[in-house]
Amino acid sequence: MLVAAVFLPLLGAFVAGFFGRLIGDRASHIVTCLGVGLASLAAIFTFYDVAIAGHSQVVNLTTFLSSGTFEAQWALRFDTLSAVMVMTVTTVSTLIHIYAVGYMSHDDSQPRFMAYLSLFTFAMLMLVTADNLVQMFFGWEGVGLVSYLLIGFWFKKPSANAAAIKAFIVNRIGDFGFLLGIFAIYFLFDAVSFDVIFGAAEGKADAEVTFFGIHAHALTITCILLFVGAMGKSAQLFLHTWLPDAMEGPTPVSALIHAATMVTAGVFLVARMSPLFEYAPTALTVVTVIGALTAFFAATIGCVQNDIKRIIAYSTCSQLGYMFFACGVSAYQAGIFHLMTHAWFKALLFLSAGSVIHAMSAEQDIRKMGGIWRLIPVTFTVMMIGNLALTGIPFFAGYFSKDMVLEAAHAAGTGAGNYAFALGITAAFLTSFYSWRLTFLTFFGSPRANHHTMEHVHESPLVMTIPLGLLALGAVFAGFLGYDLFVGEGRAEFWRGAIVVLESQDSIARVHEHHPAILIKYLPLIVSLGGLGLAYLMYIKRPDLPGRLAAAFPGVYQFLLNKWYFDELYDFLFVKNAFRLGRLFWKGGDTGIIDRFGPDGLSAATGVFARRLALVQSGYLYHYAFAMIVGLAAIVSWFVFGRAG
Amino acid sequence: MTALSTFIDNLPILTIVTFLPLVGAAFILMTRGEAQVVARQSRYVALWTTLLTFLLSLVIWFQFENGTANFQFEERLDWLPQYRISYHMGVDGISMLFVILSTFLTPLCILASWDSIQKLVREYMIAFLVLETMMVGMFCAMDMVLFYVFFEGVLIPMFLIIGVWGGGRRVYSAFKFFLYTLTGSVLLLVALLAMYFQVGSTDIPDLMAAKFSRDMQLWLWLGMFASFAVKVPMWPVHTWLPDAHVDAPTAGSVILAGVLLKMGGYGFLRFSVPMLPEASEYFTPLVFGLSLVAVIYTSLVALVQTDMKKLIAYSSVAHMGFVTIGIFALNQQAVEGAIFQMLSHGVVSAALFLCVGVVYDRLHTRDIDRYGGLVNNMPRYAFAFMVFMLASVGLPGTSGFVGEFLVLTGTFQMNSSVALLAATGVVLGAAYMLYLYRRVVYGELTKTDVKAMVDLEPREIAILAPIIVVVMWMGIYPMAFLDVMDASVAHLLRNYHDALATRAAEIAPLGSSLLAWVW
Repeated sequence: MLVAAVFLPLLGAFVAGFFGRLIGDRASHIVTCLGVGLASLAAIFTFYDVAIAGHSQVVNLTTFLSSGTFEAQWALRFDTLSAVMVMTVTTVSTLIHIYAVGYMSHDDSQPRFMAYLSLFTFAMLMLVTADNLVQMFFGWEGVGLVSYLLIGFWFKKPSANAAAIKAFIVNRIGDFGFLLGIFAIYFLFDAVSFDVIFGAAEGKADAEVTFFGIHAHALTITCILLFVGAMGKSAQLFLHTWLPDAMEGPTPVSALIHAATMVTAGVFLVARMSPLFEYAPTALTVVTVIGALTAFFAATIGCVQNDIKRIIAYSTCSQLGYMFFACGVSAYQAGIFHLMTHAWFKALLFLSAGSVIHAMSAEQDIRKMGGIWRLIPVTFTVMMIGNLALTGIPFFAGYFSKDMVLEAAHAAGTGAGNYAFALGITAAFLTSFYSWRLTFLTFFGSPRANHHTMEHVHESPLVMTIPLGLLALGAVFAGFLGYDLFVGEGRAEFWRGAIVVLESQDSIARVHEHHPAILIKYLPLIVSLGGLGLAYLMYIKRPDLPGRLAAAFPGVYQFLLNKWYFDELYDFLFVKNAFRLGRLFWKGGDTGIIDRFGPDGLSAATGVFARRLALVQSGYLYHYAFAMIVGLAAIVSWFVFGRAG
Repeated sequence: MTALSTFIDNLPILTIVTFLPLVGAAFILMTRGEAQVVARQSRYVALWTTLLTFLLSLVIWFQFENGTANFQFEERLDWLPQYRISYHMGVDGISMLFVILSTFLTPLCILASWDSIQKLVREYMIAFLVLETMMVGMFCAMDMVLFYVFFEGVLIPMFLIIGVWGGGRRVYSAFKFFLYTLTGSVLLLVALLAMYFQVGSTDIPDLMAAKFSRDMQLWLWLGMFASFAVKVPMWPVHTWLPDAHVDAPTAGSVILAGVLLKMGGYGFLRFSVPMLPEASEYFTPLVFGLSLVAVIYTSLVALVQTDMKKLIAYSSVAHMGFVTIGIFALNQQAVEGAIFQMLSHGVVSAALFLCVGVVYDRLHTRDIDRYGGLVNNMPRYAFAFMVFMLASVGLPGTSGFVGEFLVLTGTFQMNSSVALLAATGVVLGAAYMLYLYRRVVYGELTKTDVKAMVDLEPREIAILAPIIVVVMWMGIYPMAFLDVMDASVAHLLRNYHDALATRAAEIAPLGSSLLAWVW
């Protein structure tokens, strides 16, 4: 059952990938949907068995790597944390598979697409069920690969290819940190499997090491290295630039990989490594600060973008920031809870955006939409639900998880916690603003598309709307149903050691013990309504306001519109210089110095020398006779004088 | 059954595998008739000979005993007894898989040259068969003189393959290749002679057991280093490699990248480290420094290449940088990683050159800009190229990951800064390979001559498919390979550390002060 949950998607990917042309589109759809569908049934059962009934277990498959004392197994680890992830991944993935059948129905390489989706699901499952860091890295790079393949799925578009490469390379920079983190852990613990590491973590709480010439607290430096990996995969500030560009991929991809699952792998990593992070308070502070900054930073950009998918992408980036600062204040459970609810409502938002794009004849610019809510009522309804969940309106999924994240940050009582709370509240206001801005511009007001497009606006087929409906159910109920288990009274019974929190740092417990002040409790809701009001004012009541604001503060507007100029900065600093250095080393180093003074120089010198020598062989007898006489004279002189001396 | 296995046990299997290709070459020499007929027969004889050699070499693997560091399948015949030089063959966990690598790649080379070589086919096939004998012999040789004969013998067929069947500035490249390697080899020869005069034997196990004074070790080490560093190639003696690759025929590049580069790494493991432990320790910073430059410098150079083969050639230098780092990090993970990385690079770079060959045969250019959008009309090719590209990038699940990962793991234990710098190669490697793949394979299909290209034919699938299987197998279940080398590597390291420990007891103050100065 456990093995099936992980390997069925791989089987589907294999069949559709290699025999897709042979068996045709329909059969590829069936085999991949069946693969993940059965996997998700197995996953639900597993979730019940592992998380509710309490049967954690590790399934050993075989040895992966063994060299000296280094040992890593191929194994599937099922504890509450991985069971939650497996269930979320497989169920959301199944719905997205089904949706993709409809969404991609006009594409001419559907088997390939379905195979990639299933392959992704498999890699993600390998990541979350890993029992050691090496297997986790396998899944980690695997999802990165499929992400690369899917962003570049429409390989004829240069922009898609560029985005794909960018995603892979920025992720690799994160992976570089992750790898070094693995090496550091092996250095410290002489092992990479979780049980051994976690068991020994407390004993290493005060260990110090010298890495890269820096003498430091061992677990701090290790955890920061791991977090660099998490930053890459989860698009945190400084390594976030790939995520918005990743929207070049087909929309189901954005929903599955770049919203619901893969990008949350970083959060999962931090939660999985909680037994280490708990003993590295400085690393936790770093996580909190970066997370909070990202939550705020991405939200500011989201407010001025015009591409419907990019807005949601920045929203994802921002929500991931929430999850990280939750982990940073030791509220890992809240982070994972938000991860789970977010998977539902963000997948829903992306897929409804896809449905809108589908209806609008592939238009993605929200300035060219408007006035279509009556025409696509189902899409409109589910997108509203997604928005309500995202903006934390009571009793929708996001309300439970996001409020817990913010309350935990406040309850932590640390400087970083308060900082995160302040930025989190600001970001919540911005989140509400950009979400409603998107909704108002897309669905309300007068139509701004040309009449040709408007005539074609149509509701999506059932194969797309049914998954939307199911995701909407999740966006409504996931928070309510999960609250008690994930972060409520039942949490100790539920997690059972899958996440380790030191008692002195348990911010969730503090939330429950000292009920936060009424203002703190209701502040997220107040700012959310404030954002709604502002968006209503600017885009419904006074549609002239945004333009005037932009004109009044051109600097701020351009700064946000250009995404804080990160792309330009990186291009200038790294990309251009890498090529410049490459040319310098090639033309200057290899050709200009090594070859010039090495082989070419030597052979040229030999040639010159040989030609000089050839001059001596003139063929004239008297030249030779002269040389002989001189030589004879020299030898005689040497014998006479040299010996005498 | 027992009779058969006794018979097999008593066969001089190493000699058979080594010299069987020469027998094939002799058959080819005897073919008579019209040029067409001779060419056809030469191709078939070469193919069957190399396939048979490969199958026989698999017997070595199946019969190989994993748990021991001893040399196996030993054969010894007196050659020049008065000088204690003998024909001594044998393999251990370090060399055995290189034998398999050589015999695996050669038939693929013959297949790859099936249509693309049209002039002097008979001579070409003979050159390849001789080359195979030399390569296999080199990895099996357990006598220094024998080793040197094979080691140098490799140069001759390779020189001809580049110089006669190459393209572009083939004569320049062939000479550059020959002179670079020969210069190094002369110094190796001097070192070998010096060792012989001290020990009085050329038997490799004897030399391993011998102790050389510290000063002598330093000089001997440098002599060997001159030769092995050129072969690897290490920066800055790598400039022969891009030229040689660019002008060599496809199969020449395959052997060059697949096997010849490994001779340097193998030399370090067989001679420098076990025979000259103190010098190896002393020069470790030098090796690390040059290797790190290789990893970073050549990766950046690869990024700006416009010629496909040159790009892959530079990437080879970078990947071999990991190997030399691993060998001199001298712990279990790093050395096993280095050997694994050599094997992996052997198949992956070979495959990448074969991939270049596929499109070169169709369009007769290696200029990246002339291609684009191949995925549209050559999906099978795009898939194969993708697999090898990812293996080169070191994606987990492919062979490239295991070697890199183990090398870096081991190196980090010894010196975290070196591991940090080397790991940048992981990012840079992804950059140049993905950039190459994008320009060649992805994009719109616009150029008319590229549109006319057809997908892989059965012969090409037969070449690439086995390599894909090997690459995945090595990536998913590397234990099949690591188990082979485990005992031998452990033995090598134990001897190395024992030697250093006795030395430390004798002259502790000098050694530590020198080390302190170097670091």
